Amino acid sequence: MLQLVADGLIQGAMVSLGAIGLTLTYSILRFANFTQGEFVTGGAYAALMALAGFAGMAQGPGKIGALSFGWPMLIALIIAMAATGTLALAIEWLLFARLRRHGSAITLVIASFGASLALRNLIAFAFGPQPQYFSRDLQIAIQPIPGLRVTPDQLFVLGLTSVAVVSLHIFLSRTTLGRAMRATSENPALAMLVGIDVRAVIRWTWLIGGALAAVAGIFLGLTVQLRPTMGFDLLLPLFAAAILGGIGSPYGAVLGGLLIGLAESLSVPFVGSEYRQAVGFLVMLAALLWRPQGLLGERG
Amino acid sequence: MEGYVAYAVFFLTVSSIYALVCLGLNLQWGVTGLFNVGIAGFFAVGAYTTALLTGPDYPGQFGGFSLPVPVGWLGALVMAGLAALVVGIPTLRLRDDHLAISTFGIAIVIQLVALNFQKLTGGPLGINFIPRPLAGTLGGSGSYGVFYLAVVAVILALAYAGMERLVRSPWGRVLRAIREDEGAAASLGKSAAVFRLQAFVLGSTLMGLAGGMYASFVGFISPADFQPILTFQIWTMLILGGSGNNRGALIGAYAVWALWSASGALLHALLPAALQVRGAALQIVLIGLALAIALVLRPRGLIGEQAVVSRHARL
Repeated sequence: MLQLVADGLIQGAMVSLGAIGLTLTYSILRFANFTQGEFVTGGAYAALMALAGFAGMAQGPGKIGALSFGWPMLIALIIAMAATGTLALAIEWLLFARLRRHGSAITLVIASFGASLALRNLIAFAFGPQPQYFSRDLQIAIQPIPGLRVTPDQLFVLGLTSVAVVSLHIFLSRTTLGRAMRATSENPALAMLVGIDVRAVIRWTWLIGGALAAVAGIFLGLTVQLRPTMGFDLLLPLFAAAILGGIGSPYGAVLGGLLIGLAESLSVPFVGSEYRQAVGFLVMLAALLWRPQGLLGERG
Repeated sequence: MEGYVAYAVFFLTVSSIYALVCLGLNLQWGVTGLFNVGIAGFFAVGAYTTALLTGPDYPGQFGGFSLPVPVGWLGALVMAGLAALVVGIPTLRLRDDHLAISTFGIAIVIQLVALNFQKLTGGPLGINFIPRPLAGTLGGSGSYGVFYLAVVAVILALAYAGMERLVRSPWGRVLRAIREDEGAAASLGKSAAVFRLQAFVLGSTLMGLAGGMYASFVGFISPADFQPILTFQIWTMLILGGSGNNRGALIGAYAVWALWSASGALLHALLPAALQVRGAALQIVLIGLALAIALVLRPRGLIGEQAVVSRHARL
């Protein structure tokens, strides 16, 4: 039981990170972005490429404490965040911005579905369909409490997710840009009237959403493996988390992500791990039926 | 020569089945503005239903009722409609992209069930020996293909005629009114949610029927046949052909399936054997680009929706 809760929280942490970007684009640009899953995948593979670059330069990188990776991974994380943020911006500029000028929000959805498929297969074409790993070393799990096994990497994932969420909170509540983002998500027309540069807000939305998705992807690569479909397989839990938490609420996305992670993990003894994604889907349908505005959402 | 004819018959049969799916999507998206990203799921429900209803007894597995093929197709239609009800009821009252997300979800769940619920679906190995209608009496290969194509063509023609009638009927006008301005339609006493649900379920039944006809045609189905790429192909057919226009849906289906088959054959011929698997990925990238470019440059498609003006309004 304790173990399932811990596993659920770790899975939920990754879902939360990915869902923040989803809920931000959903509320600021008003469309469900199916490419978010590929940002997760792209981030993980960007880090893999960065690490491969480092491996050529330095002699065998040392490891930090009991973790399975060393400092190069942290640098790769930052590179991957920047690269994925840029990728998100590039797709916005090439596709979404053009479609927004003449088209409904729903055209954006099908375009994002197509972009998702194209990106996923581009990654599969470039890296091959077989799974890859950041490190092939076996990690010894530690037992902080009797009966609970976690790897140091998993604790790192939980720790860094908390840091990311707290930073995001400070950003959204204390900085001008963060407030501008919240204002735009509440009411874009009004935000433009009071002089907020909505285009800049949109750029930052993509950058932040992409960067956080990259972190989720790297964590997924650290704790599970890298596959071209890793992000796509996470997409349904991401949507479920964003809807359960309330569209447009980053805190809701975090809460929703943790709840979806817990629900998936706790259901494993009953339905088996194959149906994890279906559990997230059922939670989402239930949320849509009884509380369509989500747990922390305000709009109906 | 005979080989070409056989291939042409095969090609036309498969693309006509997809054209039927495309007609269903046109009712949902083109006419009503409902966003269905779970086409592959509804198609799969139809295919598996037909397989289980008409198939022979499989040891250790549910199904094998050996019912006549038309009963299997009817079952396909009904089951796909029920699946549409399950997703439609919670989501059609809400913002339109909630439906997109839910249909995406149901397609994934159906894929999970197909992969993992071995007793029902045969798991990753799928279901084999699905009987073809009248295969015993008509016998052999060549002429049978023509017969099956004729059956598919008749059903497609009936569906096309039915859709044309529906779209031009008062019911179709309400759907378009809801798509254009929900508030205005509501002020005339039309419940948007009810009409949307009807259009969504009806469109999905066509997808299910097409899935059943596909299963009877190929005789073997597995989860690999119902990947998200199928959903995407159908969308590309409708968008390229002309969303909102039933003829556009048909033309798009044949054109895109021809492009898809040709590009597949081309990559197969050009790429060395070692790169074949990756070539399939490249093919999907190409069709993704084609759709994105079409959306940006020609959102109406080849033949778009025609503006309908009431004959009483003409002067």
